[in-house]
Amino acid sequence: MTTSAATPLITPELVAVDLHATDRVAATRALVDLLAAAGRVTDADGFTADVAAREAQMATGMPGGVGLPHARSEHVVAPSLAVGKLAQGVDWGAPDGPARLVFLIAAPASGDADHLQILAALARRLVHESFRASLLEAPDARTVADIVTREVVPS
Amino acid sequence: MKLVAVTSCPTGIAHTYMAAEALEQAGRAAGHEVHVETQGAAGSTPLDPALVASADGVIYAADLEVKDKQRFAGKPFVDVGVKKAVHDAPGVISAAVAAVESAPAASTPAPPTAAVPAPAAAADRGPGTGTRVRQWLMTGVSYMIPFVAAGGILIALSFMLAQVAWGGAQGAVEVTAVDAAEVVAAFDPASLQDWSVILLRTGQLAFGFLVPVLSGFIAYGIADRPGLVPGFLGGAAAVFVGAGFLGGLVTGFLAGFVALWISRWNVPKGVRGIMPVVVIPLLSSAVVGIVMLVLIGRPIAAAMEGLTSWLNGLSGANLVLMGALLGAMMGFDLGGPVNKVAYTFAVTGLATEGLTTGAVQYQVMAAVMAAGMVAPLALALATTVRKRLFTHAEQENGKAAWLLGASFISEGAIPFAAADPWRVIVSSLVGSSVTGALVMAFGSSLVAPHGGVWVLPLIGNPLGFLAAVVAGVLVSALLVVVLKTVKRDPLVAADRADDDDRDLVAA
Repeated sequence: MTTSAATPLITPELVAVDLHATDRVAATRALVDLLAAAGRVTDADGFTADVAAREAQMATGMPGGVGLPHARSEHVVAPSLAVGKLAQGVDWGAPDGPARLVFLIAAPASGDADHLQILAALARRLVHESFRASLLEAPDARTVADIVTREVVPS
Repeated sequence: MKLVAVTSCPTGIAHTYMAAEALEQAGRAAGHEVHVETQGAAGSTPLDPALVASADGVIYAADLEVKDKQRFAGKPFVDVGVKKAVHDAPGVISAAVAAVESAPAASTPAPPTAAVPAPAAAADRGPGTGTRVRQWLMTGVSYMIPFVAAGGILIALSFMLAQVAWGGAQGAVEVTAVDAAEVVAAFDPASLQDWSVILLRTGQLAFGFLVPVLSGFIAYGIADRPGLVPGFLGGAAAVFVGAGFLGGLVTGFLAGFVALWISRWNVPKGVRGIMPVVVIPLLSSAVVGIVMLVLIGRPIAAAMEGLTSWLNGLSGANLVLMGALLGAMMGFDLGGPVNKVAYTFAVTGLATEGLTTGAVQYQVMAAVMAAGMVAPLALALATTVRKRLFTHAEQENGKAAWLLGASFISEGAIPFAAADPWRVIVSSLVGSSVTGALVMAFGSSLVAPHGGVWVLPLIGNPLGFLAAVVAGVLVSALLVVVLKTVKRDPLVAADRADDDDRDLVAA
């Protein structure tokens, strides 16, 4: 097992382009399961609870139809991003309506600075309308993963 | 407009950075320069102090305590929380711009003495060693001052009450002889004596923290959070061996550098997680505690005793001389390093154990505070009686200087000194020195570390204190008027010419 920077932030396996979920909890859980299946998260229930705890502090819905659940957790092996595009938007607590794009950020509890810099760069990109639009328009999982990798990860 | 911002959020991986990006974007769109310090999990790179200094306003989009908030003291700001910045960055930017525009013109650029420490907590950047040592020292002192204020004022109130309760001046002595534990065990709410004992004990408990807090926050200034545990422990060890505040100063620096050093060790990944919780506090505390208790505690305790007995041995002319010297230091650079040395000397003196009413340390505090009030008051007076010797801006400053001076904020005189250094400083030096000497001569004393005229009821021999301040103010104001009359300031002349033109037009 490696937790080095060699583990890419996102791979096509971590993208669900046609996610069906009725609410925040279900959408989050679906993305957690992707992370768990890829071996990025050791304990899906534990990590889900960590994310829920963060969400309870302050809903992470953002303007522009984006939900951004995230947590630093002991159950995370490597910093990871799972992306879900919701066929039917769900409420994420944002004032301007439901979220159609969900980013689940998983950060290890004791991540080193390099990893956290990547997550910081991701958060900065998310603010940009063009970045979000390009992800919404992306036809498949590979394109989503490629866009994120290109925009966020320093080459 | 140039704005600086601090963003942070509970997790430190998402909103901190989104808010930063959103603010930078919105700022650029609105034509403002925005610089953001992200205090997130990826570590934060502090804003360049020069940038902070030149910023017009500050945005706090932070859900956590802003680190080193003192850096931004005195600047107009908005405090919005991180979510607001993510959701409505343009709104936050315009709120900040509005705050800057509605803030009073920067007529009092200087933060109050001591209450606001210089930026610290960055051991490997910024100005020269001397400045940094002073910043660390002031970080410790500034955290200590509220303890001194709380404890000192409680003790003073206790003494006042005790004089009523025991029916005479000996009450202030009687109250110290009562065993507080007995009073606590059988407290009688109707007994004024009991109340005064409780007040005294509460004040003494607050004073018990002085040296640990001083030491702890010096270490914090040097090493940030890892410094706190060894710093506090070192301070407590200094108290234990009787090394007092001198010992606390030493342990503060020692703890800070030990903690900083250990926190920079390159350790295996598995250990890294427990470094801040276990390893750094354990090792640094052990080192600091052992060094204090075994090596340096006793010599410092001896030096401390020497200093205290030297102070207590001073009398008459020597005391007056010391008052004059401390006064001159207070007046010399108006809140600068020399002023701070004198002030720190006085405040840390208050922390000496077992002081009785009227102790020399209390007189030193009174002399230092009185002297620190002189310069702003003198310039306020001078601008009032000789308007034509000052620029319009200075006349405005003069109005504020009354209040600043009365509140013991020497920095109120800085705008004057900055515009015309040597005339103002010479006047201030002489006047403050006169005041310092007179306070000593009159034997006024003060148990609070700050407050100006507002703590007058706590001052021993308040009339002497006021007389000393007034005398110094008169001397200082007279000098500055004379010096400015002898050689006119070209800036003032330009202002006057302006006025005359306007008068002509009006006529």
